[in-house]
Amino acid sequence: MIIVAPPGCAAPSISFPKPSLVYEGRRIDVIHCPFGSAAIIAGGIKSALVARGDTETQVVAWAGDGATFDIGFGGVSAAAERNENIIYVCYDNEAYMNTGNQRSGATPWGAKTATNPPPDQKSENKKDIMWIMMGHYPPYTASATVAYPDDLMTKARKAKEISGFRFFHILTPCIPGWGYRSELTVKISRLAVQTNLFPLYEIEDGTKITINKKPKAKKLEEFVKLQGRFKHLTSHEIKQMQTLVEKRWDRLNRLADLRE
Amino acid sequence: MGRYRGEGMDMIKVITGNEAAAYGALLAQPGVVCAYPITPQSRIPEQLSEFHAQGLLKGTFVNVESEMAALGYVTGASMAGVRVFTATSSQGLAWMHEGLHWAAGARLPIVMANVNRPLGAPWNLTCDQIDSLAQRDTGWMQFYCESNQEIMDTVIQAYKISESLSIPSMVCLDGVYLSYLSETVEIPEQAAVDEYLPKYDPSFKLAGGGWKLYDIAPPEQDAHAGDLMRDRYYLHKLESKCVARALECDEEFRTAFGRGYPPVEEYCCENADTVVVMSGSAVGTCRSVIDSMRQQGLSVGMVKIKMFRPFPKELLRTALGEKKKVLVIERDLSPGQCGIFFQELKWALCGSDPFPELYGFVSGLGGADITPRLIEEAIRFSSNSESPNQDVIWLGLASREDQDEYDRNAITIH
Repeated sequence: MIIVAPPGCAAPSISFPKPSLVYEGRRIDVIHCPFGSAAIIAGGIKSALVARGDTETQVVAWAGDGATFDIGFGGVSAAAERNENIIYVCYDNEAYMNTGNQRSGATPWGAKTATNPPPDQKSENKKDIMWIMMGHYPPYTASATVAYPDDLMTKARKAKEISGFRFFHILTPCIPGWGYRSELTVKISRLAVQTNLFPLYEIEDGTKITINKKPKAKKLEEFVKLQGRFKHLTSHEIKQMQTLVEKRWDRLNRLADLRE
Repeated sequence: MGRYRGEGMDMIKVITGNEAAAYGALLAQPGVVCAYPITPQSRIPEQLSEFHAQGLLKGTFVNVESEMAALGYVTGASMAGVRVFTATSSQGLAWMHEGLHWAAGARLPIVMANVNRPLGAPWNLTCDQIDSLAQRDTGWMQFYCESNQEIMDTVIQAYKISESLSIPSMVCLDGVYLSYLSETVEIPEQAAVDEYLPKYDPSFKLAGGGWKLYDIAPPEQDAHAGDLMRDRYYLHKLESKCVARALECDEEFRTAFGRGYPPVEEYCCENADTVVVMSGSAVGTCRSVIDSMRQQGLSVGMVKIKMFRPFPKELLRTALGEKKKVLVIERDLSPGQCGIFFQELKWALCGSDPFPELYGFVSGLGGADITPRLIEEAIRFSSNSESPNQDVIWLGLASREDQDEYDRNAITIH
């Protein structure tokens, strides 16, 4: 396996002081690349491996929300459109966390960031990257989060056996960026799913949607109140967020029910 | 254009500069090729896609979504150890700027054709060399071609030079004047090219089985990760070998194919007091001007700069150090400064004793023709004057302005 890591939280953490990832008993090559180019570089590496006769080695882009939603967006879209035979993993902590919590296209409505101090907290909605990728009809797209490791591992194993462009959207809470006590990472990640804010689902060929968990929805407020980045929100604003979550959950379920 | 019949056919075709560049890439048999179209380069990716569809280009051909993607894609492929090719121009080259630095720093022997066209604003789809010259600090080698034959041959040579030093190369061809112009080009047999240019199989390549952190290709450099002084020392050391290696590869090419193009070519410079220095397609025009002026008994010659990066300082000092008047006529301008070839040449000649009288002519920007008459006017101007204070002599300006002090002091030839 070769991992392509653009600038972001993962790049330094998986490569310094020395790369330490091991896969099937063998260590993994990690290569850095310019910020907006993870999908592009990964595609190029894969093409070259195939040109050299190696069809086995997986090439995995490991990119944050900044590299995926924003600066590398065109590259991700084009790689999906060309059905590049790579796995693209977007770990999403909802801002440019590696450089100090500046806002990204993945930052949710209402969140405070280093470039969105209240009263200028983010007033735009988070891009729905799963829906965007769905519109490219890739073979496999999946959301996951850290509180459900078995779910993620099942999906990773599935993706490994599929050819073509595979996309993962993984919600990864950030302690300093989201503003919470460090022992709450798993709880916050679980609440994201339990409130239906972050549905866990898979899309095959851009058409067949499988929602993996349909919890009895908890109130979004439980998720919001644990985080400093939402501290300034009024209860009215939290209600607005709740309404949006419900609408989107409903829309996703209705789409999942459509038969092609 | 007739269908290229493939291996074993050493043939002469009448093709454009863009097509010649594509033939050069084809003959190098790269494993991954991609490009994004941009006027006046578009025929290059089109021709390559045709070669691929015909089964002649056996590598992977990818239509990418932007120039930044084109360079990024071949960067990834090159890191995984295959020969690659891409092409662009102007705005597209600028779009690759970050990637250009990256590829040189990563020691990747990427070969790219660049069709010289100016950058907006304003829009201009014709000829100017500012696009590639503006990238002279990226670490890429740069070659400027005079003819379509030279374009094809230089692409082939560039792979040999680049792969032996792990430094990327840019093969430049003038927009319109070469890109769209048809000339006869002798296309060598694939076997002859294969003998000149061995298969690319670097010892370093991403393989997916080891463990290493790679920012740059040669893993021994990772031992100095974080020590940029050390890393740039290594890069600079590699760069210092480029001109000599280009000379070697050109000599070998000449032996194999009967033609060659040294980094610096002296044309009729023996006994010439006045030498015109040029680069690109206008060199051809200048040759005929030199020929006719010499017939009239004038002591003029020409130096063609083919290799611009690294700048062949020693070769130019040898060629020009003892000349009385050196005229640079170039198709570019660093605004507020002067022509870039002029600036670089002045630097190269620094310390020469005696120091020639240097004239920096800026001409032909945005596709204005550099005519024989203009070159003659430039030579005539220099013979009637001392080295001017002005860093720019405007050669071929349509009319003279008279608004302010700059206008009044400007030297313009119409």
